[in-house]
Amino acid sequence: MKSRTIKVDYLARVEGEGGLYVKMKGDKLLDVKLKIFEPPRFFEAFLRGRNYSEAPDITARICGICPVAYQMSSVHAMEDAFGVKVEGPLRDLRRLIYCGEWIESHALHVYMLHAPDFLGYQDAIQMARDHADAVQRGLKLKKTGNDLVTLVGGREIHPINVRVGGFYKVPTRSELDALTDRLKWAREAAIETVRWVATLPFPEFEQDYVFVALRHPDEYPFNEGHLVSNRGLDILIRNYEDHFAEEHVEHSNALHSVLKPDTNYFVGPLARYNLNFDRLSPVAQEAARAAGIGPVCRNPFQSIIVRSVEIVQACDEALRIIERYQPPEKPAVEIQPRAGTGHGCSEAPRGILYHRYRLDAAGVILDAKIVPPTSQNQKTIERDLREFIPKFSHTPQAELQWKCEQAIRNYDPCISCSVHFLKLDLERE
Amino acid sequence: MATASSPKILVVGIGNPFRGDDAAGLHVVRALKEAGLNAATLVEHSGEGAALMETWKGADAVILIDAVSSGAAPGTVHRLEPLIDPLPSAMFQHSTHAFSIPQAIELSRALNQLPGRLVVFGIEGTDFQAGEQLSWEVAGVLPEVARQVIEETRRLRSLVESQR
Repeated sequence: MKSRTIKVDYLARVEGEGGLYVKMKGDKLLDVKLKIFEPPRFFEAFLRGRNYSEAPDITARICGICPVAYQMSSVHAMEDAFGVKVEGPLRDLRRLIYCGEWIESHALHVYMLHAPDFLGYQDAIQMARDHADAVQRGLKLKKTGNDLVTLVGGREIHPINVRVGGFYKVPTRSELDALTDRLKWAREAAIETVRWVATLPFPEFEQDYVFVALRHPDEYPFNEGHLVSNRGLDILIRNYEDHFAEEHVEHSNALHSVLKPDTNYFVGPLARYNLNFDRLSPVAQEAARAAGIGPVCRNPFQSIIVRSVEIVQACDEALRIIERYQPPEKPAVEIQPRAGTGHGCSEAPRGILYHRYRLDAAGVILDAKIVPPTSQNQKTIERDLREFIPKFSHTPQAELQWKCEQAIRNYDPCISCSVHFLKLDLERE
Repeated sequence: MATASSPKILVVGIGNPFRGDDAAGLHVVRALKEAGLNAATLVEHSGEGAALMETWKGADAVILIDAVSSGAAPGTVHRLEPLIDPLPSAMFQHSTHAFSIPQAIELSRALNQLPGRLVVFGIEGTDFQAGEQLSWEVAGVLPEVARQVIEETRRLRSLVESQR
């Protein structure tokens, strides 16, 4: 009987080394080992001894694609420790910058990384030759998100305007108004995106997942809410570590997150959507219905539709925030450090991002813990591959590898590098 | 001194300041700022491809400086002209971003959005572990790269002007 091994190695600038190892004997799957994430231990150590005010800018460096998420989780954790609540226009501006990050991150993933998989192109470059209009639309959508982040965050790649308590400088009404027309275009383009991705061919693949996301009394979640699941979990953010743990994995230096005692769980757009469909704006709900997905979607390949629905949501929410915006009197509320521990969790484009800091009376960080979404999804991705691969065991090697990569890309892991970076080793007995 | 009518030349240093040698491009641009190079617009960039495509829009000439990993001796400086030969993407694999420099260049080519002139300086790195420290091989070569970039800026400027 033939035995084959699929081994995919890749490296990444921020997230460390990673790889996928699949071993098969004939049609039988023997082993799947996924290592796509290196925990941010360097940054946790780097934060020790630093002032609380440095956390937003330092943690923003962990990810080049979702710096806003790191800033938001860190400022909320600090404010939790200091007993500060940020409300009104400052709170709205935080949601607004988060809209920008979702738009740019989701547009990049939908158009540049995921759509080519479904359409049978090696990458977005090949796709652009036949679908130039779609690629241009994706780039323009992403740019709209970038511009929103730049306006509120002060800078495009690593925003520097976010601080504990609010911002260093807030935008004027006219600065925000200047984005209205582009956001209206973006909302239409996002609706068109939902229509477009709904026509892609999806493998039949549904799993009985445990979804975990934030849930807020009246908003689709960004910065605040309870942590809930479709199995009845409903906890405060500060109790995260009572319910979730990171396990060391034998085959790598990576950590796998579990819902205690040992359940793998699913975070990100699909989890948010399934747990918060009723909190989506009418236009986003309508786009989802028109695309033929109900309030619950269990096919991870259709995350490309849900991600597109979330672009509609983010554009619509941004327009709502801009419409009612009245600049606050001060760009930030006053902060008085005190000793204690603070917890923050916000919805990064890829799912919940948890931060916890212990601080002394002067606001110096004594220790830090950061749990990014990719580490939480890792175990679920591995389980998907275990279920998914046997269905395609007769598929030629190259196509099977492609399908594995596509299945991993369903989760938009930060390290989900394009096929250029993947190396394949084939072993036959 | 650059004026409104003079050619728009962009020098983009790419990298992550917390990932060892990956920060090489950023260090070169900072050195050029300190040296007062004003014949070009100096930009520090993460290297995210789509944002990069926006950055170079409208430029007459672009110089990119990034760390690379090709197996050459650490500190080796590669000068590449991607308008003539596509970049070997494996060389630029140290990227957070699925959509990085080679992809940005090739997608721009497919969409007819490439800048008229484009030169890439790749600095061979050796240590991409988390940290702010450059390897001595990379740190040692940075002044030479800065000198070559200044030279390249002059060359591109006269090239653009002569073709107007």
